[in-house]
Amino acid sequence: MLEIRNLHARAGETEILKGIDLTVRAGEVHAVMGPNGSGKSTLAQVLAGHPAFEVTEGSVLYDGRDLLDMDPEERAQAGLFLAFQYPVEIPGVTNAYFLRAALNEIRKARGQEEVDPIEFLELVDQKLKLVEWGPEVMSRQVNAGFSGGEKKRNEILQMAILEPRLAILDETDSGLDIDALRIVAEGVNRLRRPDNATIVVTHYQRLLNYIVPDFVHVLYDGQIVKSGGKELALELEAKGYEWLTGEAAPA
Amino acid sequence: MTASVESLVNQQYKYGFVTDIEADTIPRGLNEDVIRLISAKKGEPPFMLEWRLRAYRRWLTMEEPHHWANIQYPAIDYQDIIYYSAPKSAKPVASLEEVDPKLLQTYEKLGISLSEQKRLSGVAVDAIFDSVSVATTFKETLAKQGIVFCSFSEAVREHPDLVEKYLGSVVPYNDNFFAALNSAVFSDGSFVYVPKGVRCPMELSTYFRINTANAGQFERTLIVADEGAYVSYLEGCTAPRRDNNQLHAAVVELVAMAGAQIKYSTVQNWYAGDEEGKGGIYNFVTKRGKCAGAGAKISWTQVETGSAITWKYPSVILQGDDTVGEFYSVAVVNGRQQADTGTKMIHLGRRSRSTIVSKGISAGQGNNSYRGQVKVLPRAEGARNYTQCDSMLIGNRCGAHTFPYIDVQNSSSSVEHEASTSKIGEDQIFYCKQRGLNTENAISMIVNGFCKEVFQNLPMEFAVEAQKLLGISLEGSVG
Repeated sequence: MLEIRNLHARAGETEILKGIDLTVRAGEVHAVMGPNGSGKSTLAQVLAGHPAFEVTEGSVLYDGRDLLDMDPEERAQAGLFLAFQYPVEIPGVTNAYFLRAALNEIRKARGQEEVDPIEFLELVDQKLKLVEWGPEVMSRQVNAGFSGGEKKRNEILQMAILEPRLAILDETDSGLDIDALRIVAEGVNRLRRPDNATIVVTHYQRLLNYIVPDFVHVLYDGQIVKSGGKELALELEAKGYEWLTGEAAPA
Repeated sequence: MTASVESLVNQQYKYGFVTDIEADTIPRGLNEDVIRLISAKKGEPPFMLEWRLRAYRRWLTMEEPHHWANIQYPAIDYQDIIYYSAPKSAKPVASLEEVDPKLLQTYEKLGISLSEQKRLSGVAVDAIFDSVSVATTFKETLAKQGIVFCSFSEAVREHPDLVEKYLGSVVPYNDNFFAALNSAVFSDGSFVYVPKGVRCPMELSTYFRINTANAGQFERTLIVADEGAYVSYLEGCTAPRRDNNQLHAAVVELVAMAGAQIKYSTVQNWYAGDEEGKGGIYNFVTKRGKCAGAGAKISWTQVETGSAITWKYPSVILQGDDTVGEFYSVAVVNGRQQADTGTKMIHLGRRSRSTIVSKGISAGQGNNSYRGQVKVLPRAEGARNYTQCDSMLIGNRCGAHTFPYIDVQNSSSSVEHEASTSKIGEDQIFYCKQRGLNTENAISMIVNGFCKEVFQNLPMEFAVEAQKLLGISLEGSVG
């Protein structure tokens, strides 16, 4: 589904990704771990097409298409979803309006009929249960006035409604208390299907107790320095990152 | 900022065409003879001419308000302006069939059908072309309820007593430089009188069009809602694209007697000039309403997207007890546009209340200033004001400024002021794009969300126009 080859990217003059290779197949969950500043979030943003980063080398194939040649909205319409580390507020626009507009853009791009407001509310009704929320959240403004935890939960709600093929969760666990973490993780687990895939970007192993990955990759200084199964995450938790990086891990 | 954002906010001005029509135009320049000529052309009674001349003599002693407003423009040569221009065919007409087809076509092209059969029911229109009113629709229907809706010239001829009683009662001829100039030379405008207890059954609307080059437009609108009456009034404006600046100095006066309500909505889309700031309308307008009796209410809602320079402060004098004044505004500047706009709420009556919601959007190299005054006089016990003033910046070459003036002389009153400035960021746009929306829809959505509180106050017909103007789609009804 996703083939990243020798990916280099920079922000301004600073090279952040220095040759990433990663293959993700349908049905898999990959965890990308690493210390702060290793390039984890940059990788997530580059895959989503954030304009602040420039790809200088390498290729990314997504379902056989050249991902790097697609606009961010085309990537989204093709089923790539990024759960943001810092979800953005859009004052004055309700969650319902925002999500229906997004869903309809994605449906249009796939040649499907748009959903009307009634159908949309029926659809949302089921998805709200996944994140243990009532319908009132749909009339709140997008992320405005949400707590940090609510914003992350709102990302998962959006993911549930948009049903991506490839979901990238960027530090979705940061800022979550244990209950919110459970809700978010269960939401993600229940959205797992044989035909979709998930990349979980995280600093801590904690989230991986709930979302069990098939593969774990350690990113350091813009490169993947080690890959393994889920046990690698536990090893990292026990030893820290320094045994791989030769540096003291940040507190 | 991405190029696409810039191009979106830089959409072409669609109303820049010129109607080729023979006009009765007087020579450039201003003196007492010109004023006498205007008055004579309109067949005005003596009181009107005297009023004009008093205004003119006062104007000669006044200074253009160059120093305090946050706007910059070269000196205006008032002797280089044409003060009266009317399409030759625009004689008073008995019915729409007699209106010059070229004029009807002009309004059709602007999306304003003057044919009553084709109109959406519920809106009556007074169409003003350069200096004169060319047609007023639904007059007979309204007259059955005693409502007067006609051009100002006609009101001066047919209802001189009403005009003499109320003209200048809210904006006196010596109020300010531009109001004095308008009082001296105003050529036409709309007049509305809604009698006691009558609820006007349809929206009334004036559509202003400047056509002739170098002509100034000086119209005057006077709306009187007698006790317990209700009227909703809409104003729209466009002008051809020209290389030189044209002056629009209008005056609007509203009088709401006890228990009456006037809702006045404007969608202003005068030509704004090109990207280098060449051409465009100078929109120097005085708008003020008076809640003369107890329980009266006046609401101003404005969407200001056009004009090279906007200088206007729709205000409310809250004279009666328990009166309500509201001001909802969206002002958009782009290219080299400048706007200095806001409101004045003058609290005289006990328990008078006012609400101000101002949304300024600055893009390109535009400069947007909110200037508002809230004044609570000693008699106004228990007066309340709430002001919310938000600015949004698109790109990094534009400016947003806020100048609130608060003067409270009564300790039992409460005044609140909230202000915010935000920037449409790459991050907001990227977030929307990541959810599948293209840049255009993303900006629409963000700007629209920002303006929501104001759009909610526009009548439906105008909300649609406002949406088109900002190149944005209004939020759906879900949620």
